Amino acid sequence: MYKLTKFILEDLLRNWIIHLFSLFLLLAIIGLVSLEGQEDKALVSILNLVLLAVPMMVMVFSTIYYYNMSDFITLILAQPVKRGQVLGSLVLGLGVVFSIAVGLGLGFALWWLKGSVAAWTLLAVGMVMIWVFVALAVLAGVLTKDKTRGMGLSLLIWGYFVLIFDGIILLLMYNFSEYPIEKGVLFITFFNPVDLGRILVLMKTEAAALMGYSGAVFSHFFASGWSSIIALSILGLWALFPIMISSKLFRHKDL
Amino acid sequence: MIRIEGLSKKYGKHSVLDQISLECKMGQCLTLIGPNGSGKTTLIKILLGLVRPDSGSVLLNEKSILGKYHYREQIGYMPQISQFPEHMSVRQLFDLMKSVRGNEKEYDEELYQAFELNQIRNKRLGALSGGMRQKVSAALAFLFDPDILILDEPTAGLDPVSNEILISKLQRSRRQGKLILITSHVLNDLDEITSDVVYLMDGKIKFYKSMEELKAETSEQRLNRIMACILNPKETYV
Repeated sequence: MYKLTKFILEDLLRNWIIHLFSLFLLLAIIGLVSLEGQEDKALVSILNLVLLAVPMMVMVFSTIYYYNMSDFITLILAQPVKRGQVLGSLVLGLGVVFSIAVGLGLGFALWWLKGSVAAWTLLAVGMVMIWVFVALAVLAGVLTKDKTRGMGLSLLIWGYFVLIFDGIILLLMYNFSEYPIEKGVLFITFFNPVDLGRILVLMKTEAAALMGYSGAVFSHFFASGWSSIIALSILGLWALFPIMISSKLFRHKDL
Repeated sequence: MIRIEGLSKKYGKHSVLDQISLECKMGQCLTLIGPNGSGKTTLIKILLGLVRPDSGSVLLNEKSILGKYHYREQIGYMPQISQFPEHMSVRQLFDLMKSVRGNEKEYDEELYQAFELNQIRNKRLGALSGGMRQKVSAALAFLFDPDILILDEPTAGLDPVSNEILISKLQRSRRQGKLILITSHVLNDLDEITSDVVYLMDGKIKFYKSMEELKAETSEQRLNRIMACILNPKETYV
């Protein structure tokens, strides 16, 4: 497995799209930082970049890479190797490469924000988010044999977490505004890694004070260090579950 | 030795393999023939563990292979279409395969030398033509000196010289007592190496006969004439 991972890593690191993506993120983050005077504002802008653009890039690239490699994976699987190891190498390779690519830009942000708690949280959320979306992309690839459908599914998953889910929550909050649903909403956000990541970072900034009663409920919950760790672990589960499901499916898949 | 018993596979409602039973021993060269979609490639993929059968068993030396992976050390496989990562060089591919296999015994680089792959070792696989890729793929199948060789349409796309090299390599392998499984539509190439013919149709084995039997039955010598005789007994061929 180590050799396969090393090979996939080398293959990805030679890919100029990854270089370009990394450069783009770094430049965007430098730009945001120098345009926004306030640290918190810059942080929120970077957060949006990390929660919207990065997941899409990661998902599209990972799904296409999965399909591009599928013939080669078949050839590797005709050798004496376990199926789980091959899929594991793929996830590991993609995850590590994107962590490096995104880490460069976020590392700069961290340095500029002088290592504030919010910046560290942003880095942690960004890193976990990459694994979540690599895992979801591979799951989409394993689920569908057809390239077009797989790509569609993967964009649908992205759209769901980034747009549709928020719409549903807004609708919920609007219609049930008479009732004390803040705790319920807090619970529901656990079902969306993007929202969870956003709240985790926002609660570390001063913007939390502007978020009204729900903001108060959230900041009460996220005030202690433990709940942040719990929230990060739940985010980690979001990466772990898709990987476990895909490896289970992949082991019984017809190639 | 491979023994297949009652093997069935369905894709959705479409039955690709239907209760197939087959036995072959070391030293045989089985040629799988059949129209497109008759289940040849599926059968091969089941042997390689790439496709899971719905029912039935596959035994290699009396041990079931289903769900296992170590047994593939004994198999060399050349796929129908060889797709490799674009950016990888020929040498990297061979290095990777060697490290994935991880067995320390000596490599059989005869085909590697004969196909002069050393000259293109630094070329990107994406830049190779289809025939060149087939050569790489064939050299890989033989590299680990496996007891069983499985070749899916090996001669399609190879130039005549390379074709001869591959055929004579197969002949030598058979003399060494290896088991060879080939699917092909180009029957002319297989006259000299085939020991038995398996004819698959609609997922069932129509017949499984040795070349001697077939020659005696049809009083023809060439494999393609034999097949023509069996499939269209009424027509006469000039």
